[in-house]
Amino acid sequence: MTLPVAFFALFFAYPVSAIVARGLKDGGQWQFARVGEVLGDERIGHVLWFTTWQALASTALTLALALPGAYVFARFDFPGKQLLRAVVTVPFVLPTVVVGSAFLALLGRGGLLDELWGMRLDTTVWAILLAHVFFNYAVVVRTVGGLWAQLDPRQEEAARVLGAGRFAAWRRVTLPALAPSVAAAALMVFLFTFTSFGVVQILGGPRYATLEVEIYQQTARLLDLPTAAVLTLVQFVAVAVLLAVHAWTVRRRESALKLVDAAHTSRRPRGAAQWALLASVLTVVALLILVPLVVLVLRSFDGPDGYGLAFYRALASADDNGGTFVVAPLEAIGNSLACALAATGIAVVVGGLAAAALTRRAGRLVRGFDALLMLPLGTSAVTVGFGFLITLDEPPLDLRSSWILVPLAQALVGVPFVVRIMLPVLRAVDARLREAAAVLGASPLRAWREVDLPLVGRALAVAAGFAFAVSLGEFGATVFIARPDNPTLPVAVARLLGRPGELNYGQAMALSTILMLVCAAALLVLERVRTDRSGEF
Amino acid sequence: MNTTFRRAVGAAVVAALGLPVLAACGGSDDSGSDSKTVTLVSHDSFAASDAVLKEFTRTTGYKVKVLKSGDAGTAVNQAILSKKHPQGDVFFGVDNTLLSRALENDLFTPYEAKGLDRVPKGLQADAAEHRVTPIDFGDICVNYDRAYFADHKLSPPASFDDLIKPEYKNLLVTENAATSSPGLAFQLGTIAKYGDAGWQDYWKKLKANGVEVVDGWEQAYNDRFSGSAAGKKAKGDKPLVVSYASSPPAEVLGVKPLPKEGPTGVATGTCFRQTEFAGLLKGAKNTKGGQALIDFLLGKKFQEDLPLQMFVNPANQDAALPEEFTKFGAKITDPATLAPEKIAKNRDQWVKAWSSLVLK
Repeated sequence: MTLPVAFFALFFAYPVSAIVARGLKDGGQWQFARVGEVLGDERIGHVLWFTTWQALASTALTLALALPGAYVFARFDFPGKQLLRAVVTVPFVLPTVVVGSAFLALLGRGGLLDELWGMRLDTTVWAILLAHVFFNYAVVVRTVGGLWAQLDPRQEEAARVLGAGRFAAWRRVTLPALAPSVAAAALMVFLFTFTSFGVVQILGGPRYATLEVEIYQQTARLLDLPTAAVLTLVQFVAVAVLLAVHAWTVRRRESALKLVDAAHTSRRPRGAAQWALLASVLTVVALLILVPLVVLVLRSFDGPDGYGLAFYRALASADDNGGTFVVAPLEAIGNSLACALAATGIAVVVGGLAAAALTRRAGRLVRGFDALLMLPLGTSAVTVGFGFLITLDEPPLDLRSSWILVPLAQALVGVPFVVRIMLPVLRAVDARLREAAAVLGASPLRAWREVDLPLVGRALAVAAGFAFAVSLGEFGATVFIARPDNPTLPVAVARLLGRPGELNYGQAMALSTILMLVCAAALLVLERVRTDRSGEF
Repeated sequence: MNTTFRRAVGAAVVAALGLPVLAACGGSDDSGSDSKTVTLVSHDSFAASDAVLKEFTRTTGYKVKVLKSGDAGTAVNQAILSKKHPQGDVFFGVDNTLLSRALENDLFTPYEAKGLDRVPKGLQADAAEHRVTPIDFGDICVNYDRAYFADHKLSPPASFDDLIKPEYKNLLVTENAATSSPGLAFQLGTIAKYGDAGWQDYWKKLKANGVEVVDGWEQAYNDRFSGSAAGKKAKGDKPLVVSYASSPPAEVLGVKPLPKEGPTGVATGTCFRQTEFAGLLKGAKNTKGGQALIDFLLGKKFQEDLPLQMFVNPANQDAALPEEFTKFGAKITDPATLAPEKIAKNRDQWVKAWSSLVLK
């Protein structure tokens, strides 16, 4: 408990409160009059309203499209399943600028939809919602699907034998067991879309702004810290309300479940209905996730003289052809992987300890801490980045130009994932199993190793995969941290996109393709090496 | 049995990947406070070739450590926020639209760089005190798609006045002045041209003439503009875009052999000049090294490396331009400019007025 609390206090609470305090304090006096002024601004009201409703709509749409996907991934076996599970997570790591560009190619003028049906969705809310689904599909599939795969199907079968209809059995047996992880997934998707930045800017055009965009404007561009501070507080309040609702709906529902090895619960689909379900889910995945990714990959090969490897070759020769790129992309891949590994390590340790502590104890204080851990997801990146800048600036804690700052900032976003994915599973582990082990003479450590770890291993792998993907694609807070010049992949992509000329644009696409491959490969490796011991003997 | 093996493989993979972590994720972890390192703080667009930076180390004995964060505005604001404990010795990348804010906040220690006599007087914004040294300049201008205007037998626009004529209706895409630095520069250009009284009226006409506003330069240039290679692939349909005078040279980079003329041109009467400055940070740990670095930034070696690294023009008149610039770039003889203090005083209200006028 101490480590997560210390981590959170030092790298989140302290920097963020410092930057807010600097905005609200004027010559030692708290300026609370500003709060009223900012909140009274009609435009801010609009921004707040738009931010909230688009996040709600995005969350609902994501759940509607992704829950069937979670079921299919959990319960069916089909060829290429693992690969596909890695691929749906790929969007998660792509820089929004790149995704925005792919979506414009599909939904914009002269895009695919335009040519087929004369539909144009760019600069509409639909484009924003679809892009949010694209980004967050994996959140639902992986968090809900991960638990679903471990639920014992025999329980539902038992209910059927006792005379319940198919739907009633699902509603009475499976749904209650899944509810906590569905709620957790919905919460994370909401927080992500609530603080959406790039997607809204690119696809919505300048007419739509979220709170996150507004805070960025006020902080990074106008240096209007008071306004930014008020908006940050507004964001906190919104997130706090949300967390309270979430806690209230879930608290009564997390109960011990009978978890089994995922390998036994999935099988080939049977019957026309199941095949149809599988087909429809795969169609959604293909249209929504694969098509945009394919557009990007194709662009990376579409060189100046027809299709070929021209852009990849340009990437390889970093410095000599007119100096378009400062760091060899291979190096950027190495930087990205290294940062992501460090960040994943931090997130898994901190988040794992926090989740364990939250499982063992109950009480108001602990629940409050649980909610606090989610706050980084709902905090604007620029606030965190600038907070680091003004707080971690004196020895012994002058971390501003230290390499550790980047993985730390990324781990802040990773920890909530680890906690949210681990908690439902940890709470579902039946305490009587541990007690039985203890009665049979196992030490607490051994009991944990033999009882908890096999059951939790899968969730741990899923959580680590997320923390890794978050870190690999993270482009928020780290942009605002002055760092020695070894860019991660997303930063390198953004730099290339920011320069004119075909060669730069093509290299950005090539680098994005490499980023996708690195992400998919890393996730596949993670799936392979997880400590999945049950059912192997 | 098989699990043990799998675990061993897993552990080996993790160990193998983990080893270079400390080295790769953030480079050397020196705090840069020793007397042999100079730390340059800049924005994300700063770029210099390795060979040139090595040259600096060879001639002066100082190693350069570069710290970058965010865009130009963000980087300046960060420097202001951290002025009690500066992150480095030299700051590069404060431009004339941000200069007053930096000077008001007393960021820099005066230093007169060697070779300042080879810099045109027009670029020297702080000639009295030398708190900042001009390093490069670039112009934000409307770019046009040559092919479009040839096909339509229409001569491309040349001035701000042209852009509101009916024959150019619905052809221009620009950036949001509130979020994009070229967008802001274009707005400042119109203010310089039409004055406090007339610019809003001009924008009303521009809006009536169908100007499209997108959020950032990447989108305007790579997705909407029909003249750029990326825009062609994205089926961009706007033959006019607010970009840089150095964008046409960039369009021919890597094209072999070099064509006779580039696919895009510059409307020379629509330009606003931005100058980028460097300054010695107050409270720098390595003042001597910082001074040497500023001299070097203004020296020929670095100045000739600039254009193809950052797509800007060297401030030092002795620096020779690369062929891409001389052949495909436009020479802007009479760009619009505004006094930095005037920009500082009015910028926020200008942007607010622009937003409510154009985005509504």
